[in-house]
Amino acid sequence: MTILTLAILVGIGSFAAGLLGSLTGLGGGIIVVPMLMYVFRVDFRYAVGASLVSIIATSSGAAAAYVREGYTNVRVGILLEVGTTAGALVGGALTGIIDPSVLKILFGLLLVFTIYRSLQPRAEHEILSTPDRWATRFRLDSTYPTPGGRQHYSVRNVPGGFVLMFFAGILSALLGIGSGIIKVLAMDQLMRLPFKVSTTTSNFMIGVTAAAGAGVLLHLGYIDPTLAFPVMLGVLAGALLGARLLTRANVKWLRQLFTLILVVSAARMLYDGIRSVL
Amino acid sequence: MNQPESRWSDHAVEQIIGRLLQLGVLLAAAVVLFGAVLLLVNHGGTIASYREFQGEPAELRTIAGIVRGAAALHAAAIVQLGLVLLIATPIARVGFTLVAFILQRDRTYVWITTVVLVLLLFGLVFGRGAA
Repeated sequence: MTILTLAILVGIGSFAAGLLGSLTGLGGGIIVVPMLMYVFRVDFRYAVGASLVSIIATSSGAAAAYVREGYTNVRVGILLEVGTTAGALVGGALTGIIDPSVLKILFGLLLVFTIYRSLQPRAEHEILSTPDRWATRFRLDSTYPTPGGRQHYSVRNVPGGFVLMFFAGILSALLGIGSGIIKVLAMDQLMRLPFKVSTTTSNFMIGVTAAAGAGVLLHLGYIDPTLAFPVMLGVLAGALLGARLLTRANVKWLRQLFTLILVVSAARMLYDGIRSVL
Repeated sequence: MNQPESRWSDHAVEQIIGRLLQLGVLLAAAVVLFGAVLLLVNHGGTIASYREFQGEPAELRTIAGIVRGAAALHAAAIVQLGLVLLIATPIARVGFTLVAFILQRDRTYVWITTVVLVLLLFGLVFGRGAA
């Protein structure tokens, strides 16, 4: 394939991934890597490099809007970014050491977990108002906009959330993903932030986590400009359009389509990884 | 946090952070696009394969090499420069957050943000130093 043909096709595919990722709220990174590998026959490492760079673009683009709406908890974000960036540097250091087939298995397992989480009903837990020692120490409690005005919420289990963020950072650099699913899990389930605050703060952090990992991958030679540009521009354009269409689109069948792609990708990744390990 | 009279309230800081992120992504995308057009015009017909991992050449892996190549108008280096600007955008955001915490005299968060900034710069500038 010539560079021109590849750029056009990868650009279209990445646009679709960005669009689907932003409409379903599950992010594009997790399907960009399998797409590059299994549709365009790209080596795992190049796919990870291109994907991680594109994640910075979409995260920063979306975070800009959310931050201004007042959902994002900047203090929680900054504090937990210590964990994710440290994790991303560790992940970047591990990436040259761990065999790619092991990473494919890890990717497959994360896809399975993503499918499991996306099929679960999204129940909003009760908003806590009792102060926690760590949350008070770091002044993490805040307010967020609700139809009835800004509501106060308390944060808990900061150390647990911090540890989970460290692992989210490692996975981000190793697999070229935003690890949004783990970040939201940590903040929503463990630290008990309101769901909308968890997702927007996660998005806010993804850019920083990905930037830490991408810096390391750049030095390792994983980021190829010819492959990365159609991925980055495609995913960014798709995500921007997705954000505009969000209120009008029929998300239900899009989620089903996304889940189907995740299932196929998971099966392929696990099969590939296990076969080459055996 | 509770200082609405301050020009550097959390809300004002959030507004500026939002703008900064948008600007950085736009600038990076513009540079990437410029390099991409140049790349396609000059090398669009070349056969590309990413089946085997070879790793990028040294001049596309370090900031100094990328800046040199971009200054010489090498298409691939210009794209790479755009990608470095993209990586720098969240880092600039953390840098701005640090300034805001300094102005708010929030010592705890000045320290926390400094740690994040140092880790990020370490990754971008030294990269393999973590290995």
